[in-house]
Amino acid sequence: MTSTFLGLPTVAATDTEHLRGEPFPVAARRALADGQLRANLGRATRTIRAKRQAVVDEVDDWQELREAGRALKAATMARLDEHLEQLEAAVTARGGTVHWARDAAEANAVVTELVRATGSDEVVKVKSMATQEIGLNEALASAGIAALETDLAELIVQLGNDRPSHILVPAIHRNRAEIREIFRREMPGVDPDLTDDPRQLAMAARRFLRSKFLSARVAVSGANFAVAETGTLAVVESEGNGRMCLTLPQTLITVMGIEKLVPAWQDLEVFLQLLPRSSTGERMNPYTSMWTGVTPGDGPQDVHLVLLDNGRTATLADEVGREALHCIRCSACLNVCPVYERVGGHAYGSVYPGPIGAVLSPQLTGVEQNATLPYASSLCGACLDVCPVKIDIPSLLVHLRAQHVEQHRATHRLPSPEAVTMAAAGWVMGDERRFAAAQRAGGAGRLLGGRRGVIATLPPPLAGWTSSRDLPAPPAESFRAWWRRTRGEVS
Amino acid sequence: MRVALFVTCLADTLFPSVGQATVRLLERLGHEVVFPSEQTCCGQMHINTGYQREAVPLVRRFVEQFEPYDAVVAPSGSCVGSVRHQHAMVARRAGEEALALRAESVAARTYELSQLLVDVLGVEDVGAHFPHRVTYHPTCHSLRLLRVGDAPLRLLQQVRGIELVELPDADQCCGFGGTFAVKNADTSTAMLADKMRHVLSTGAEVCSAGDSSCLMHIGGGLSRLRSGTRTLHLAEILASTEKEPA
Repeated sequence: MTSTFLGLPTVAATDTEHLRGEPFPVAARRALADGQLRANLGRATRTIRAKRQAVVDEVDDWQELREAGRALKAATMARLDEHLEQLEAAVTARGGTVHWARDAAEANAVVTELVRATGSDEVVKVKSMATQEIGLNEALASAGIAALETDLAELIVQLGNDRPSHILVPAIHRNRAEIREIFRREMPGVDPDLTDDPRQLAMAARRFLRSKFLSARVAVSGANFAVAETGTLAVVESEGNGRMCLTLPQTLITVMGIEKLVPAWQDLEVFLQLLPRSSTGERMNPYTSMWTGVTPGDGPQDVHLVLLDNGRTATLADEVGREALHCIRCSACLNVCPVYERVGGHAYGSVYPGPIGAVLSPQLTGVEQNATLPYASSLCGACLDVCPVKIDIPSLLVHLRAQHVEQHRATHRLPSPEAVTMAAAGWVMGDERRFAAAQRAGGAGRLLGGRRGVIATLPPPLAGWTSSRDLPAPPAESFRAWWRRTRGEVS
Repeated sequence: MRVALFVTCLADTLFPSVGQATVRLLERLGHEVVFPSEQTCCGQMHINTGYQREAVPLVRRFVEQFEPYDAVVAPSGSCVGSVRHQHAMVARRAGEEALALRAESVAARTYELSQLLVDVLGVEDVGAHFPHRVTYHPTCHSLRLLRVGDAPLRLLQQVRGIELVELPDADQCCGFGGTFAVKNADTSTAMLADKMRHVLSTGAEVCSAGDSSCLMHIGGGLSRLRSGTRTLHLAEILASTEKEPA
């Protein structure tokens, strides 16, 4: 970021506030107790999974498209610095202004100052993950600027004083009865007889938002893509509310993570096919808005791009972990994840939930700040199968788990109880005689087996298993003992 | 064919009947089974929990034990998945390039049981007899890491007397996930609850799978419910005959 912003009042957002929460198992336990949430999520994810599958199956070269997307992302990351400078030059040449922000605080300060300079105390917002990540709305509020979310689901979340729980469908945890209650309680001027008919709900939001679109002088957006060679920014959406924000106000400020650019215009061909089919299960998204700097006399005349790092350069430095930066925020991995389906997005404590959040959030904050997320997966692999850019999320999770263990080892004098257990297990397995002896000793565990021949209660940490599952009592004879007894031979 | 059995530490210790069934089945089909006696564990639990350093000696042991054989079989999609997709990575991360290359070579001839039978030995009818109502859980790593496809089902369809019932939402994880089942016990249990609901909806007497770990999980839940539905490994059903029923 440039020195212009030094000395300005800074907002109170800590940089990782929106990327981490309480330990995952604790938050998950609370979420699992909410039967309404389970029902809402189960229904919603099942519907969207089926929609995605249907439109993906009709594309003959889907696997080739995925590979093209993966290769483009990998090539872009390898020369990200050059592409970013090219993007800055192209945006500037077309009359836009580019700002660089190292972290959330810097990005928030840039946007706050830009809004202040317009004299406006209100902005309309296009749905954006980057601004969620930096806590922009809160930062603007502390500077006396009201930010209004205009994406229908984001509006539901904002009016309900809630947090988004999904990248694409932030109010997925709400059903329409709950949405009606939020509107009736919080939406100014709403019809008190509003029903939970989806069309009525949408019309209520439309009436409320229209007046805001017509009066707003400043809009804030994110970007799905930026084309380095032309300086073009792109937003894809389904409602058209984004386009209202992108075209009507005088000032448009876009906050974008540095990883979201593509080198060439032609690259959009691949991603605009992959994204809608993977995310909303549509063949093509209803609204694709693109703008390149300022077009005199048409649309916003004051155009800004804030390029956000906030941990991305550090992520890029990890040659395995950097693959997480390939994400195009389609959320297909959330919709197929058996963990996400049961606990919902809030349990991840980050604006990026689900499998991709479990690999992205810990890297943006540093693994030690987010140590439970890499373990929030059974490694079933469903996420990798649907990822449109083939991010190997299970392998990244395993990689981050290793990083966590190694960092813990480097910073603690005493090993954790788990490390002691793992070292002991490694020692036993390191020699077949020790292993056989352990099996014989474990055979005494038969005594724990009750009449049914199973073990129903164990002390911690294995109590987590026996809280809902029996364990078979060890058999009288291991396989290797049987082999030795019956075959005698040693291979 | 001479096949080296990697029985897996879990089957070796808790489910020896799975290893015995694998031996019985392959010998009945006319193959020679050898058991390299210094084998222990593939190291997957260490690797997936973050203890890759501790896994390196286990990878080396696996490679040394199984390198001499043309074909290695394990009654576990998950352990073979680790051998195929993690061993070389773990060796490389530890800076052991030579070991990584050897691991890749052994991994290429290490097969999950249904893969060995259908893809390598080209057999679908193994002459088994099992007159029971059975539903099959395909397990995540067999499906998505090894891509065994419908090989297990093709083997089961040829079993005499079997009544095979389709498991609803079969491709959904049972919630085991190794240490996930303990670290995130509540979420794991919620996943298991749905899996059991689907198993019970089939009215099957037996829930089968190609992995003792997933079966230990599903079976542990079914046992806690006193459901009466039992779990049996694919190898045990395929080894079953009229003379020696499972």
